[in-house]
Amino acid sequence: MINKRTVLAATLAVVATSATAASRDYVSIVGSSTVYPFATVVAEQFGKTTQFKTPKIESTGSGGGLKLFCAGVGVEHPDITNASRRIKKSEYEKCRKNGVNQIVEVKIGYDGIAIANSKKSVRFELTRKEIFLALAKQVPDPKGGEKLVENPYKTWKDVNSNLPATKIEVLGPPPTSGTRDAFAELALEGGCKKVGWIKAMKKKDKKAYKRICHTVREDGAYIEAGENDNLIVQKLEANPNALGIFGFSFLDQNSDKVQGALIDGVAPEFEAIAEGKYPVSRPLFFYVKKAHVGKIPGIAEYLAEFSSDKTWGDEGYLTDKGLIPMPSAERKVFAANAKELKNLEM
Amino acid sequence: MNNSTSSRPRSTVERVNANLTKRYAKERRFKRMGLGAIIISLMFLVLLFGSIISNGYGAFWQTYVQLEIHFEPEDLDPQGSRNPEVLSAADYGGLVKSTLRDMFPKVKKRKEKRKLYDLVSSGAAFQLREMVMSNPDLIGSTVQLWVPADDDVDMLIKGHIDRHKPESDRRVKDQQIAWVDALQREGKIEKRFNTTFFTAGDSREPELAGIHGALMGSVFTLLITLALSFPMGVAAAIYLEEFAPTNRFTDFIEVNINNLAAVPSIVFGLLGLAVFINFFGLPRSIPLVGGLVLTLMTLPTIIIASRAALKSVPPSIREAALGIGASRMQTVFHHVLPQALPGMLTGAIIGMAQALGETAPLLMIGMVAFIVDVPANMMDPATALPVQIYLWADSPERAFMERTSAAIMVLLAFLISMNMLAVLLRKKFEKR
Repeated sequence: MINKRTVLAATLAVVATSATAASRDYVSIVGSSTVYPFATVVAEQFGKTTQFKTPKIESTGSGGGLKLFCAGVGVEHPDITNASRRIKKSEYEKCRKNGVNQIVEVKIGYDGIAIANSKKSVRFELTRKEIFLALAKQVPDPKGGEKLVENPYKTWKDVNSNLPATKIEVLGPPPTSGTRDAFAELALEGGCKKVGWIKAMKKKDKKAYKRICHTVREDGAYIEAGENDNLIVQKLEANPNALGIFGFSFLDQNSDKVQGALIDGVAPEFEAIAEGKYPVSRPLFFYVKKAHVGKIPGIAEYLAEFSSDKTWGDEGYLTDKGLIPMPSAERKVFAANAKELKNLEM
Repeated sequence: MNNSTSSRPRSTVERVNANLTKRYAKERRFKRMGLGAIIISLMFLVLLFGSIISNGYGAFWQTYVQLEIHFEPEDLDPQGSRNPEVLSAADYGGLVKSTLRDMFPKVKKRKEKRKLYDLVSSGAAFQLREMVMSNPDLIGSTVQLWVPADDDVDMLIKGHIDRHKPESDRRVKDQQIAWVDALQREGKIEKRFNTTFFTAGDSREPELAGIHGALMGSVFTLLITLALSFPMGVAAAIYLEEFAPTNRFTDFIEVNINNLAAVPSIVFGLLGLAVFINFFGLPRSIPLVGGLVLTLMTLPTIIIASRAALKSVPPSIREAALGIGASRMQTVFHHVLPQALPGMLTGAIIGMAQALGETAPLLMIGMVAFIVDVPANMMDPATALPVQIYLWADSPERAFMERTSAAIMVLLAFLISMNMLAVLLRKKFEKR
């Protein structure tokens, strides 16, 4: 019992002291699950090659990360947030309201979103319009006219007679995921825009346009498979008729099991994404709280590690993990921003 | 027996006899069904353990490559100052690369060189750095050193990569396979016991990743949970069962405790976030907060089990104690509590086992995170074992699949040893 009592007393003492003198000697990072695999590699490298502690990284999703990041200034709030999309105006405003006035934006590279299926079946060749027609909740009436109908397509052959006559079955991330946001924006909207009268709507009624272009069908053809991309790969292997949506790094790591579909005639390959030819690719970012630089040890050095060419360059170690690097001119700009801690203006 | 043809049997014995075969058959059926249920569940258990062990046992071995490293003074410490800062910043990765180039002098093209460098884990450079930092006298000498191989090579050696697939379909290229085969012929590749797995924290390189950080996180978290929830739960149960008057207020408390035991664990996570982190200002991701949240979660379980244990102590014991002049306090602590303790310990085991496997509440308080440094105390950021399993299961690298199963085995071993301890304690109390 004495043992237990000492432990209890110690615990209470620790609670009491920590509540008053809270400080932090490691960098705290939150944010996107897409950036997580890259940020963790940099953090580990940073922790092992400098005298600083290894930063702590939580995978909270882009939106969740920015929410935590913008909650305020102080050791209890994270120093850096990763995002698989740019910060929104509303989020920026919220940051300012909570006293987070100075934010440094660093773009780290690009990520392609692959639509893949099992190697056991044939490789798909899709256009963005076909993806839109196959996966949107409402599509233009196949009979013609400027009318929307509930998605009637059951098989890929219904969408385009050149495609196989298999059931439309796509495993993808849930709405909370940044991958889903980017997929909706790049693939679905990209295809949606190809329909003239919907494109014309963008100017008149932006909300309706977004609703048409971004809403995914809910009749079972699109299956939300959770944030676990490995699970999607495994399910694709078990079901050769299904397609899956996930980040390029997972396609890269599992190239013996799954193959990426050609989109608008371009395969999801490293070079194509880097050159911007592959249509479904997006930039990845992280945001730094300037007020914490100098207060929390290691932030500036972490930025230096991340923005060096041996990390995010053409042959940097992040490319081994599937990051598509930026062109060298763009890299220079963001490396300079990171060094000078240039303020983000919106 | 002539009368047996009549419609109604005469005596009770006959009536019983008539039903007997049916009743026996019923009993046999019930027994068989019960046995069947147990056999089926055992089969599933064997299947589960079989798949975990067959997937995971490989992770306890790791492929190592032997390198002959010459610590070139010109590269590492040109001034010969042996200044720790100079030594720390030296290019150990370059040292590994030049060693590899010396081993395969025919490799000239840039792309081929990169493939060659990929044979060895990036951890080799960290290993060299540590060696030199702890013993600067190594500079200038030549050492035969076993360094971890890259996870892809490890997977190839362990047979998880099919050599016969077309080259484009596998992560290890033909050239790399040729190098690995050459090294194997020279005896420079070896599978060894993977000590890293038990001594390191998390890593993004499977060959450098270890379970120690998560294990320590779980240990700290559960120590806090046990230290807080067991005494508090037992005290609450004793008060409610032995001292509290039965009235509306205690009824209300009882209903609430029963309800709390059924609340989904994520709710406790949200509560912990609001109270401990937002209100008390404790840092995120630390085992202390994790332990406090899990205490909230396990308290109802322990209280309910402890009360049931107290109820099962026969009233005669209390009456006898009171009869010979013991106070109520003495009655409870000298006579009732020792009898009830085994049952209370069972409750504590169930509660702790639940707490050990919990990830949902930890998600809310930031313990689902990438943390490399092994936590040294309950104020260092940490994850827990189930969280580590989840994070590895989510990693793209193939070699993490093996580690995931191995981590599950560690979790199960932890659970079993925890339960063993409780069972031993219970045995000890039961004997008294």
